[in-house]
Amino acid sequence: MKYISDYIVPIGPEGLYIIDTGKWRTRRPEMDIVKCKKCGTCFLYCPVHAVKRHEDKSYTIDYTYCKGCGICANECRFDSIEMIPEEGDSDA
Amino acid sequence: MKEIRLHGIGGMGTVKAGEILVHETVKEGKYGNSMPFFGFERQGAPVTSFVRLDDKPIRPKNKVYQPDCVIVLDPSLLVSANVFEGLNDNSIFVVNSRIENLEAIKISDRVARIAYVDATGIAMELLNRAIPNTIMLGAFARATGWAERKSLEEVIVKFFGEKNREAFRRGYDEVKVIELGEGQL
Amino acid sequence: MPEIKVQNGNMAAATGAALCRPDVIAAYPITPQTPVVEYLTQFKADGEIESTMSEVESELSAMSVVTGASLAGSRTFTATASQGLALMYEPYFRASTLRLPIVMAVVNREMISPQTLWGGPQDALCVRDAGWIQIYVEDNQEILDTIILAFRLAEDKGVLLPVNVCYDGFYLSHMSERVEVPDQASVDAFLPHYVPEHIKLDPIRPMSVDPLTNGYLLTEYRLRHTQGHQRALKLIDELDAEFANQFGRSYGGLVEEYCNTDSDAVLVTMGSMTGVAREAVDLARARGRKIGLLKLRAVRPFPGARVVKAIAGRKAFGVVDRSVSFGWGTGITFQEIRSAMYGEGSNIPAVPMIGGLGGEDVTIEHMMLAIDCIYKAVESGLSNETVWLNKEIDIM
Repeated sequence: MKYISDYIVPIGPEGLYIIDTGKWRTRRPEMDIVKCKKCGTCFLYCPVHAVKRHEDKSYTIDYTYCKGCGICANECRFDSIEMIPEEGDSDA
Repeated sequence: MKEIRLHGIGGMGTVKAGEILVHETVKEGKYGNSMPFFGFERQGAPVTSFVRLDDKPIRPKNKVYQPDCVIVLDPSLLVSANVFEGLNDNSIFVVNSRIENLEAIKISDRVARIAYVDATGIAMELLNRAIPNTIMLGAFARATGWAERKSLEEVIVKFFGEKNREAFRRGYDEVKVIELGEGQL
Repeated sequence: MPEIKVQNGNMAAATGAALCRPDVIAAYPITPQTPVVEYLTQFKADGEIESTMSEVESELSAMSVVTGASLAGSRTFTATASQGLALMYEPYFRASTLRLPIVMAVVNREMISPQTLWGGPQDALCVRDAGWIQIYVEDNQEILDTIILAFRLAEDKGVLLPVNVCYDGFYLSHMSERVEVPDQASVDAFLPHYVPEHIKLDPIRPMSVDPLTNGYLLTEYRLRHTQGHQRALKLIDELDAEFANQFGRSYGGLVEEYCNTDSDAVLVTMGSMTGVAREAVDLARARGRKIGLLKLRAVRPFPGARVVKAIAGRKAFGVVDRSVSFGWGTGITFQEIRSAMYGEGSNIPAVPMIGGLGGEDVTIEHMMLAIDCIYKAVESGLSNETVWLNKEIDIM
């Protein structure tokens, strides 16, 4: 009998690849650091952990995996994030 | 193999009494099993315990239907429970009863030996609680001779403490054992 | 040195589990299993075991916690009964298909309705196709020993499947009898440390666990699962011999035959009622009937070959079931046994019998009646309609 899997259970240590969600964007979030009150809501809600938290409790967006879903802009209570159309490539 | 059925009321230590008999027999290098049967587990509900004792491993795990000995821990059960059901011929009947006059109790004619002791009275006197099981075990040991007296006493003390040593001994000493011959009572 | 004690079935189960040094125990109480949880919690409180006890709020939680712990590489134990087993069905299926070597004691209890508390294997038998190994035992010594065997079986690299050790509620769980408890050193020698390789949540060796899987791969994993059961078929017999060698007690492995070598008919039972069946066989033999007894231990994997070997060539067989397979109108293990006999023994008259439901006692009279029914089939050469033992006895 020929097997295509080496494993007896559905696991996958190889072929674990990271989906480049950064390439999915058609709009990108822009953060206004003046309006930003560092409440951390966007950090909690971002589904791909694109919002990074720094030592001084400030937050920035890392565009490597940001897929432009707009949840951070939607959830921000202080309107400090705006979704603007993506242009060109996805490098931050 | 000896089969024993204990009848009690929830809270009297009927189940524990059955287990103690097994502890004693296993301590002596023999075999026993003890199984309780009750409906809802609560004080005041009727409780039956089924015990088997033997020199070799015991296979049946079900209820006892033809007991060689019945132990009744409360006199009210003589009326309210079917304590005589299935009794073997020549069986031994051990009952917690204050009644001196045996004619007042209707005894089955399959009982060959009856043993009675006022276990509740002794329990109230010694332990201040109406839990007659240790006294009844003493009565059982004397009436049947199926358990080593010393051994049983030690198991009881191990489970219930020194106070019950006296209770066991009183049960053993004060139980009245009557052989019922032909045409008795 | 082993110690002779007097234990009820639940204490025997808790003691057996404790001796196997589980890393994590999570269980939710349900009559008649509750004392198992209480005893294990007491052992932990007294410092007798080092397991992490996880207090959970339901059986669903219990199986989920134990699944997670097993995925993280722990040896795990849990216990439940009837409604609790039903409640944990969702993670129960996953535990076997993720090949986690969890050991669970099932204190067999009738499923409601009608409202009932008493013993019967309907609960575990109804989930027999969820992929777990299931072994049903006859007395308290067997409970303790089989739990130790279960861990060894489950963790074998060719098996890697969870195991149910099933014992009758009240008849065994609340019945006190003599039990020989092995010492910790002997159990340690029999049961080595569990080291998972096939699946593990480990940051050092990350893997995706259970992603959405296509049918082609799923089929392959199911096939591998059945291979685990095939391996268990062999191993259950082998381990029984090894256990007997070390501890001096044997249970026959997948099945046990009693007085069956020269029999002309076979009575098949499972669980605690086997005890009274042995008495009945002795009694029937004393009266000149050459009846043999087959005690079914493993229901999954099903020991087809050994069942055939025990029944082939006889003039009839009867199965006393403490369960109901509703659509068939017979007991559940009857279906399994008859299915195994198809082929080599398909023309042997078969007598399905149901008794002992809902806490009704199976007595020696019932077993003698069962033997009578089997011999009626021997004479007529025909299979029977289902005999409902408790109802038939009333007529007699």
